[in-house]
Amino acid sequence: MIHFVLLISRQGKVRLTKWYSPYSQKERTKVIRELSGLILTRGPKLCNFVEWRGLRVVYKRYASLYFCMCIDEDDNELEILEIIHHYVEVLDRYFGSVCELDLIYNFHKAYFILDELLIAGELQEPSKRTVARLVAAQDSLVETAKEQTSSITNIIAQVANFTIKMLHKGYGPWGSNALHLESLFLVDVCTRLVDQH
Amino acid sequence: MNPFSSGTRLRDMIRAIRSCKTAAEERAVVRKECAAIRAAISENDQDYRHRNLAKLMFIHMLGYPTHFGQMECLKLIASSGFPEKRIGYLGLMLLLDERQEVLMLVTNSLKQDLNHSNQYIIGLALCALGNICSAEMARDLAPEVERLLQFRDPNIRKKAALCSIRIIKKVPDLAENFINPAASLLREKHHGVLITGVQLCTDLCKVSSEALEYFREKCTEGLVKTLKDMANSPYAPEYDIAGITDPFLHIRLLKLLRILGQGDADASDCMNDILAQVATKIESNKNAGNAILYECVGTIMSIEDNGGLRVLAINILGRFLSNRDNNIRYVALNMLMKAITVDAQAVQRHRATILECVKDSDASIRKKALDLVYLLVNESNVKPLTKELIESLEASDQEFKGVLTAKICSLVEKFSPEKIWYIDQMLKVLSEAGNFVKDEVWHALIVVISNASDLHGYSVRALYRAFQTSTEQETLVRVAVWCIGEYGDMLVNNVGMLDIEEPITVTESDAVDALEVSIKRLNSDLTTKAMALIALLKLSSRFPSCSE
Repeated sequence: MIHFVLLISRQGKVRLTKWYSPYSQKERTKVIRELSGLILTRGPKLCNFVEWRGLRVVYKRYASLYFCMCIDEDDNELEILEIIHHYVEVLDRYFGSVCELDLIYNFHKAYFILDELLIAGELQEPSKRTVARLVAAQDSLVETAKEQTSSITNIIAQVANFTIKMLHKGYGPWGSNALHLESLFLVDVCTRLVDQH
Repeated sequence: MNPFSSGTRLRDMIRAIRSCKTAAEERAVVRKECAAIRAAISENDQDYRHRNLAKLMFIHMLGYPTHFGQMECLKLIASSGFPEKRIGYLGLMLLLDERQEVLMLVTNSLKQDLNHSNQYIIGLALCALGNICSAEMARDLAPEVERLLQFRDPNIRKKAALCSIRIIKKVPDLAENFINPAASLLREKHHGVLITGVQLCTDLCKVSSEALEYFREKCTEGLVKTLKDMANSPYAPEYDIAGITDPFLHIRLLKLLRILGQGDADASDCMNDILAQVATKIESNKNAGNAILYECVGTIMSIEDNGGLRVLAINILGRFLSNRDNNIRYVALNMLMKAITVDAQAVQRHRATILECVKDSDASIRKKALDLVYLLVNESNVKPLTKELIESLEASDQEFKGVLTAKICSLVEKFSPEKIWYIDQMLKVLSEAGNFVKDEVWHALIVVISNASDLHGYSVRALYRAFQTSTEQETLVRVAVWCIGEYGDMLVNNVGMLDIEEPITVTESDAVDALEVSIKRLNSDLTTKAMALIALLKLSSRFPSCSE
């Protein structure tokens, strides 16, 4: 299985970490430090595998980022290279010619995509098209939810404004009382709606 | 607007942090943000919970402590909206690990979400469960996951399959429940479900012998057929990588077939044809093809013997070994190590290439090759192999010298056919890399020399010669000094000369000078000096004329 995935920049900055085996926070920091030292210093012509603590780490450099995946000794290293490339291609498709900056400002999206590719340290979907489709569907769910919130917020804002105006204008004695009560009721409803969203 | 209030957008916070010029500046920005987030948390602020968690995750990746945000994950997961759940589960997976008690609190939300009407929310729950659940959570929620293995949507079935893997790893007792559902996944057409189903079966076999028996009996033929269909499949753009349809599925199937065929002649028979087909037809000019071939070779070497297949496999490895691509050479060496137990002779044929790899510029390859050579040594080839290894010693860097020296010494000790050969090799090693030789090793050398009375003269003369040329190797100096002290008279008088030796002129004072040099040299440590002094003492009784 894949025990963890690391994305590290050439300067050793962590851009993404995903852990599929138990490592405490302290252990994670140590692992990152050790592996950064080990991998960032390897020359470009060397093979993409390093042995580390009885496990194997497969890494590949894409522009300024090192994609690293830690696997068991009896796993297929060449396949992991393909899995890394699979991930990179999906990222590329999603962001349109992905670069490190995309992954910094949209790190959560990089994670969402990774979660459609790997679960429990194993490959989930060999089709890039399917992965892209699933991520897009979830993104649009988020968009829809946002629009709903903003459209409700708009309605509330309009109602609230109208109510306040009515209160200020004050109508005839009997009318204004009724309006006053209704206005208060409306304000109450608006406040509740705002609280929910 | 105060740019450091929780009102900052995620993007702005990231920008602010990145524009910090020093670590102290960054710490200040992070501290302000965390303070604002903490305040929002204690006020139970709902509006920015989503954004705050995203910020916390970024801060976490920078290496700062963020445990105060763990409960926020739970609150977001418990919300009804998809965006909140999505970020909540992500936060959960990033900020927590399975050993934390807080995780248990999510079990209820997970249970509800596994039964949600929105399949994407089910997906979120399965993903989180599959990545970080503890054993108790696994036990609690296993029935839900089992049910989801038959859900109408393949996206959920495949996630449930992988989630099940984690469950059976955490609670192997539950494996039985998953055998039947897993077997039905093998009959699916959807690649995602197939891949995850095959993986689930593979892991089931590892934890349950019952599962292994079941799949071996009921599913081997079906799997062979699936692999055949894959191998013969026409171009499928959705799954094509380097001209091969779904190499990932190829590899998973080969892995499962390996487990099913191991130790069982019938199952192995069943898969011979397709293995031969894959081994011969898959193109090996791209990594994807090589990955499949590598897996195929692994399977062939593990299942029951079919002579022809084994030859095919070793040939592929031989080709890999001469490939210019470092990765391919590395995996070839790896596989050859496993192949030794199965067919040592075949591996021996590639000795020359393997020895080349010991001198490779890539440290990973050198080390692997050395491990392999060590396994290949036997009484008949120890002499030429040692010769090659010692040559490599001269060319290798400091880091590798230590490892290589240790291995050579070990080999020499284990397999040496004659004492004189042993002494010769040790001498060479000492001259080249004496500083890396461990104490037990040169002590052992001295013991051997002292026990080989016919070689005393030879030894001392050889050591004297070596000493003249390689004084930087501390251990060499020590052994030389000891020998001169013990057998100085043989040195001076050419006693016990063997046929192969050339006479050497060493006067008594030469011998004493040599010892004096040892004491005076700058690099000599206390042990060496002490030994030299003792040696002088011994000589003073033997060479009375040089007593001064």
